[in-house]
Amino acid sequence: MTMLEVENATKIFGGFTAVNKVNLTVAEGETHAIIGPNGAGKTTLFNVVSGLISPETGSVTFRGKKLNKMMPHDIVNVGMARSFQRVNIFPRKTVFENVQVALLVHARLHFNPFRQAAKLFRREGMELLALVNLEDEADRRAGDLAYGRQKQLELAVALAANPKLLLLDEPTAGMSISETKASIALINDIVEKRNLTLLFTEHDMNVVFEIADRISVLHHGEIIATGIPDEVRNNEEVKRIYLGKE
Amino acid sequence: MTNRFQIYVLLVAFALLLILPFIGSRYSVELATQILIFGLLATSLNILVGYLGAASFGHAAFFAIGGYACAYFLTTLGWPLVVSMIGAVLLTALASLVIGFFCVRLNEIYFSMLTLAFSMLVWAVALKWKPVTGGDDGFVGVAVPEYLSNYFTFFLFTLGVVTISMIVLMIIGNSTMGRVFIAIRENQTRASFLGVNVRRMRLIAFVIAGTFAGIAGTLLALYVRGMYPETAFWSQSGHILIMVLLGGMHAFIGPFLGASALTLLEVTIGQYTEYWQVFVGVILVIVVLAAPEGIFGLVRSVTKRLGGQKDDDA
Ligand SMILES: Nc1ncnc2c1ncn2[C@@H]1O[C@H](COP(=O)(O)OP(=O)(O)OP(=O)(O)O)[C@@H](O)[C@H]1O
Ligand SMILES: [Mg+2]
Repeated sequence: MTMLEVENATKIFGGFTAVNKVNLTVAEGETHAIIGPNGAGKTTLFNVVSGLISPETGSVTFRGKKLNKMMPHDIVNVGMARSFQRVNIFPRKTVFENVQVALLVHARLHFNPFRQAAKLFRREGMELLALVNLEDEADRRAGDLAYGRQKQLELAVALAANPKLLLLDEPTAGMSISETKASIALINDIVEKRNLTLLFTEHDMNVVFEIADRISVLHHGEIIATGIPDEVRNNEEVKRIYLGKE
Repeated sequence: MTNRFQIYVLLVAFALLLILPFIGSRYSVELATQILIFGLLATSLNILVGYLGAASFGHAAFFAIGGYACAYFLTTLGWPLVVSMIGAVLLTALASLVIGFFCVRLNEIYFSMLTLAFSMLVWAVALKWKPVTGGDDGFVGVAVPEYLSNYFTFFLFTLGVVTISMIVLMIIGNSTMGRVFIAIRENQTRASFLGVNVRRMRLIAFVIAGTFAGIAGTLLALYVRGMYPETAFWSQSGHILIMVLLGGMHAFIGPFLGASALTLLEVTIGQYTEYWQVFVGVILVIVVLAAPEGIFGLVRSVTKRLGGQKDDDA
């Protein structure tokens, strides 16, 4: 079954085409990587898919549902969650409060003005934190964590929405080599355990070829190749304009 | 725990206020009545400023709408007190829904400016709609029922209404809804990617804040036995905002402390000089510079140093 289908999506910023007639299909259960040099349009594509910005043309279909004109919160509520390239959490709140508020929104409790929040979702919150190895940091201010750990927290926050499709924009950016390894193993593990479909961008090619089922290469806003890792690795155009530089 | 600490402060304040009319002078009781009304008003504004992170420059509009509506229902239409008050509060809720519908579309300074514009509209209506509001001369002679017409019973009535309102506001502040308001204040993008319809939540907060300002307004109309257009004027909105900042917007009781402090400051300094506003201004500047988290923040850091308590506040 198709989880996500992007058809002919174009995004123009003041005359500059950041995403150009992109077609992309992600099957259910697939781990799909988007790679491409800096400024290729990866983040912009994610922003279009997740509803943060609306494209000039084209459509996004998620689990058979057209997402055109849908707001990010509506898209989250049909099963897509994301992280951002630059960490996007509640830095002044504690680590636990970050996942707690995500859980209570997922339970639609934000419309309840009487339910007292303090003791809610203790167990579920700690389970989520344990999943990303942050249970010992629960009471720390999220913004005080090391950058890599903030990324892990954002992953936990995204998982609180119990998504079917997870969008991770450079999940290991700013991490050391060992952190990157551990983090990728963790993400891979979670994706398998929770039966998630994963769409991610990543600069580290080792990571990409290690975990991706399929890879799409973005260059100047256009997809120039899509396929299984071996196909992409041996694609002449990809070699020339992208991998060759590495 | 900060929350428990705040509840203790409120309980002590409540106990003191409860015995005040039996031991205090008429003057002190009337002053306390005024503090209660403005304390509730400032706390209602803090749902927007402190929890949601949206600075309304036009909160006085709802204070005025509640007051005028109560005065009109009670006096002109001759409705019973409770019906008049409930009617006035419902009307204020409706007004905040309509005004909020437009305001919550904007953020930051644009939001503030639009709230200011709407409040000036309300002020203009109060000034020009003579048959209902009394226009320039104000709505004079509110028909306060016999049993509330002395300062003693009116104080107890106000204490009751304000206490219940404060309890409800505190429950809302600590609720799951309150947490999401704070989440929106901290990071709107992340909040919406949790699945929150940010605009809708902002509207809900706006209506809650407006409604409780309306309650404070009904009390004002009864207390003053009149309503005047200045209640909706922008300077009144600024006054409430100063109370919030002075007391500390990141604690539930901060704005109430701020309202108390500012009211007391104004009347005490007002006794010595006609230039009291200058002195109040100077004191405000000092407080804001020395204690950015307001009076409550100051009290917290002192008690924390003394008791070494843990801080778990918003
Ligand atoms: N809001 C915006 N307004 C104008 N230009 C933008 C905007 N967002 C992105 N761009 C431009 O669009 C292009 C694609 O940016 P994008 O962030 O999508 O690239 P990317 O592939 O994610 O790059 P990186 O690997 O550095 O994260 C860049 O040239 C960028 O400057
Ligand atoms: Mg990017």
